[in-house]
Amino acid sequence: MGLASQHKKLEKNINLLAIGAFIAVAIGGIVEIAPLFWIDNTIEKVKGMRPYTPLEQAGRNIYVREGCYSCHSQMIRPFRDEVERYGHYSLAAESMYDHPFQWGSKRTGPDLARVGGRYSDAWHVQHLKDPQSVVPESIMPKYAFLADTPLKAEGAGAMLTALSRVGVPYSKRDIGQAMADIVLQADPESGGDVEEFQRRYPKAQVRDFDGNPAAVTEMDALVAYLQMLGTLVDVDSAAAQQMLAEETGR
Amino acid sequence: MVNKRIDEPTGTETVGHEWDGIEELDTPMPRWWLWTLYLTIVWGIVYVILYPAWPMVDKATAGVLGWSSRGELAREMSVADQARASVREQLARTPIERLPEDSKLFAQAVAGGRSAYQVYCSQCHGSGGAGSQTLGYPNLNDDDWLWGGDLKAIHYTITNGIRAPGIKETRTSAMPPFETMFEPAQFEALLSHVMALSGKGSANSAGAQIFRDNCATCHGPSGEGMRLVGGPRLNDAIWLYGGTRDDIRAQIQKPRMGHMPQWGTRLDPVTIKMLSAYVWSLGGGENFVEAAADPAVKVDGEP
Repeated sequence: MGLASQHKKLEKNINLLAIGAFIAVAIGGIVEIAPLFWIDNTIEKVKGMRPYTPLEQAGRNIYVREGCYSCHSQMIRPFRDEVERYGHYSLAAESMYDHPFQWGSKRTGPDLARVGGRYSDAWHVQHLKDPQSVVPESIMPKYAFLADTPLKAEGAGAMLTALSRVGVPYSKRDIGQAMADIVLQADPESGGDVEEFQRRYPKAQVRDFDGNPAAVTEMDALVAYLQMLGTLVDVDSAAAQQMLAEETGR
Repeated sequence: MVNKRIDEPTGTETVGHEWDGIEELDTPMPRWWLWTLYLTIVWGIVYVILYPAWPMVDKATAGVLGWSSRGELAREMSVADQARASVREQLARTPIERLPEDSKLFAQAVAGGRSAYQVYCSQCHGSGGAGSQTLGYPNLNDDDWLWGGDLKAIHYTITNGIRAPGIKETRTSAMPPFETMFEPAQFEALLSHVMALSGKGSANSAGAQIFRDNCATCHGPSGEGMRLVGGPRLNDAIWLYGGTRDDIRAQIQKPRMGHMPQWGTRLDPVTIKMLSAYVWSLGGGENFVEAAADPAVKVDGEP
């Protein structure tokens, strides 16, 4: 008898075995995963992160709807080849307001984590309408219909409410203003307090993105989203570089 | 009930059970397998000691090696930077307009610029620098420059961009829309005149008059362009938004104007110098006329 015969009991009782197996797996999960929720360096403390503006978030929804993530990741890994091509590696903090995040382990097209500001709006519009016209070797499909599809802005408040329930810090004013903010960001001529908008959303780019001032289209939203990717955090600042290079225990 | 015995044909002990005369051998696990298991356990312990492993209260254990993926990248980058340090330092010290005087340094700058060009510029200007004659991306191989084609001008354009939003120093100009300014007949006269500038239409005095009054300020009296304001040259076969009559009409009525990002805020100064040298070397580079002598710069004197 002893330990071996105790184990025999476990082997012969299916319920006991299930409970034992569950406990064994749970210990692994608790040790590996649970601490990520409380240790400080899971999400770096960096300056500049803010929730997406309603227009950017709407563009993000289109990005997800069209399955852009199937070919494009938004995660620059800390390897020299990636950093030399795409820019500074991504920080966890940079996707802290992403629901769902757009990281990824497969790239058919390039990484987009820092694509913001890299090309002109007109290039993005041209490229989305007909990718091969600017990049002949591209195999990306055409998304010309985005330019003709008016953006449905009515759900903007509900969209922000949903995000605030999972922890994105939108204020009551942000939610109430969501629809107006969409129009304001894509069409600053429409009247509205741009300065007040940019106080709530620092570094938000306000202009007509799709070259068609007559309407707010899905193209406006998607280009606004692409143009802000990776532009919020000044990762190349000396202090940030120092902090990241010296960090241990990651 | 437990009745262990040695099985004679195999020489292996049985587990001691017997069901209707059937017994089970208690064959030991292969030694190599067992030792592999023990080795992985030892390896696991050593790994936990050397590398970051257990998440604790405020961070994970750091491991005695102090390794981190980000730290390793920083080391790798600094090794790569050091390998290029002398070239980069020389490039940083040499004023852009004096770069061609040192042929070896210039060749290195062009090589560095070529790879940076493929990453940052090829998407609009094309991988061979041919741009697009209809989409508004200038060809960089020809000598038709919108804002100037000497090293200094190219350097300025790359640094500050063209019509870059929010950048004070950016190159900027705007052509007004002439959609409602002329009668249809006037448009046709003007179009003929503009096309005549490059030898494709019939010159006419009405069109010439409209051109003198409305267009010559920026495009020059004979359509030779004006770099000071970025007014494109019209009396050659090179176009930004197409050279057919319809293209030109559309451009006069509702002008499209290109944007180029300001790379000064994204790339380091040496990379921008290398890019300038590469673009300048593509074929249309112009000489900078007023290169002042700078004794601080050592040049090898070779062309």
